[in-house]
Amino acid sequence: MSMKIMNMVNAINSALDIKLAEDPDIVVYGEDVGVEGGVFRVTEGLQLKYGADRVFDSPLAESAIAGTAIGMAAAGLRPIIEMQFCGFVYPAFNQIISHLARMRNRSRGRIEMPVVVRIPYGGGINALEHHSESMEALYAQIPGLKVVIPSTPADAKGLLISAIESNDPILFMEPKRIYRAIKQEVGEEKFSIPIGKAKIITPGTDVTVVAYGAMVREVQKALPRLKEAGISVELIDLRTIYPMDKETLAQSIRKTGRLVFVAEEPTSFGVGAEIIAMANEEAFLYLQAPPKRVTAFDTIVPLPKGEHHYIISPEKIFYEIQKTVKF
Amino acid sequence: MFKEFNATKKKIFRIMDDQGLIISDKHMPDINDQELVDAYHNMVFARTADHMTVSYQRQGRIYTYPPNYGQEAIHGATARVMRPDDWLVPAFREMGAWLAKGATLKDIFLYFMGYEVGNTWPAANHFLPISVPIASQLPHAAGIGYAIKYKKLDEVVFAFVGDGGTSEGDFHEALNFAAVWKVPVVFIVQNNQFAISVPFRMQTASDGIAIKSVAYGMPGIQVDGNDFFAMLKTLQEASVHCRSGNGPVLIEAITYRKGAHTTSDDPTKYRTKEEEESWEKKDPLKRLKNYLDSKGLLDETEDRRLEEQYRLEIDRIFMEAENQPASPLEDVFKYMYADMPDDLKKQQVEHENFLQWKESNS
Repeated sequence: MSMKIMNMVNAINSALDIKLAEDPDIVVYGEDVGVEGGVFRVTEGLQLKYGADRVFDSPLAESAIAGTAIGMAAAGLRPIIEMQFCGFVYPAFNQIISHLARMRNRSRGRIEMPVVVRIPYGGGINALEHHSESMEALYAQIPGLKVVIPSTPADAKGLLISAIESNDPILFMEPKRIYRAIKQEVGEEKFSIPIGKAKIITPGTDVTVVAYGAMVREVQKALPRLKEAGISVELIDLRTIYPMDKETLAQSIRKTGRLVFVAEEPTSFGVGAEIIAMANEEAFLYLQAPPKRVTAFDTIVPLPKGEHHYIISPEKIFYEIQKTVKF
Repeated sequence: MFKEFNATKKKIFRIMDDQGLIISDKHMPDINDQELVDAYHNMVFARTADHMTVSYQRQGRIYTYPPNYGQEAIHGATARVMRPDDWLVPAFREMGAWLAKGATLKDIFLYFMGYEVGNTWPAANHFLPISVPIASQLPHAAGIGYAIKYKKLDEVVFAFVGDGGTSEGDFHEALNFAAVWKVPVVFIVQNNQFAISVPFRMQTASDGIAIKSVAYGMPGIQVDGNDFFAMLKTLQEASVHCRSGNGPVLIEAITYRKGAHTTSDDPTKYRTKEEEESWEKKDPLKRLKNYLDSKGLLDETEDRRLEEQYRLEIDRIFMEAENQPASPLEDVFKYMYADMPDDLKKQQVEHENFLQWKESNS
């Protein structure tokens, strides 16, 4: 496969481009995704290439963007919709929770919902209010949905292709902080990465560190110092929040005996709580230290001049990991 | 017609008066005598089934059910206009339209007895299941409309909502999207005067619902929903409008819910006998029957025989539905995902283990 240097924006664009070319039932729409190519330019050039009936700007109403996608899917299309920012999804909750997640079960499998909801999420970009939250746990708890979060350009492309090809509704959450921050060689042609499988990024023996999205990179920044301190970290990128790859996680925890979870989500009632519950259920007798969540405060994300308090730094990750290992 | 009865002109479109006399001959819809008698009988069947379902509920043989009593002309007219490939996007009070789409009475009974399978309507195509969250189905209709236009198909979406539903954001968003996209959706508001207990005057300060169409840039019409001919003509025109690529239409069908909101509701708490009586003479079936009688198209004896036959048939279907065994455990899980997560498989197995333990310890 020929490779090309891409950031996550390029990689997502490439996945959309490949699928639009391949499948005439795919349509891409949302606020500003057509002419402008999206506020993050993820869909740039696609309208020009595929026409305004396939890649287009919709009126500004999140509930109807999600609701119309449900109707389109019922009538045989495979819509990919963009929610402009994570904080703007809430008007669409009724559609996502009451219909998108339920239509398949309600119709006993007669009506499938091959819908991808793309949501740029997460903090660290000096944004206005409502632009920085990480509420993936809200979606992960809804029966009927799947939640996918990539951490690299290549993963974004491979996972998005799987999401588009899935007949289940997928919330594809894009860590916008690393939209352009990471560049790597990504295959130009089509490839896919399975949904529901985690990836061991660095194997290790002392502690299992689970992260996803933008936090994988922050953990990686802490790794040299951890190595210097003689701590061997097994870093796992969750890749899919639900369905969670509990097998890979449990195996690792049984090996290391320790678990640190790093995410931008608020601490309580979250993905971290689920992973720790899983560790108790699947690796109880192997645990040598209390599992630790290195997560955001249970507060509102502060505006930029206070956000540095809130954001998880590599120093904090180092601090918590070495504490857990020394317990 | 949409020009003549443009919503801003505040004229309610009627063809037949309360006694069943034709007052506007020039608008008579295209329907022959036999089709008319058939349509009448279908509405009688739907009303009989509706009444019987309420009594089954009273006997504790079926769960909560929303009666259709008094609104049958809207459904009966939709049944005549909707083609096999057209889409039906229901709310939950349009039984005659469901039957026309291809739902069987058994499907409907099963649904209200608590079986998801009652949503599947195996004999039908191009429909969505009953939608309980008010007005949330309307954006789906706009989306289906988009798919129809995108695929260049000759199909129309018939989407239902009640008067209370027009206060929901999804009503406005759906109408706006459908009009901007110019897609073939007929939005049918059954204005039956009440949203459970809340009267229509408390839903909106505007002069009816149809007028809202002006702001969205689509034709809208206020029509006597208890006048079968007016409903039929309106839907025929709306269907032509949609099929010609002119975008959506908003129909406000003025009617009255003669029954309760659902079998759990008690209308005596919020409306008077006098009000109910004033609507009684506008009953859609009585009016159509008067018309048919005046034309000599009905045979009393034959009608009584038919009604008795309907009752027996409905009861037979109901008893057949009552024989359905309770839903198996696996059905709780197996339709959730196309690709079922391991967590769900595990939860099912764990519960099966418990059931086995319970069995062996009882």
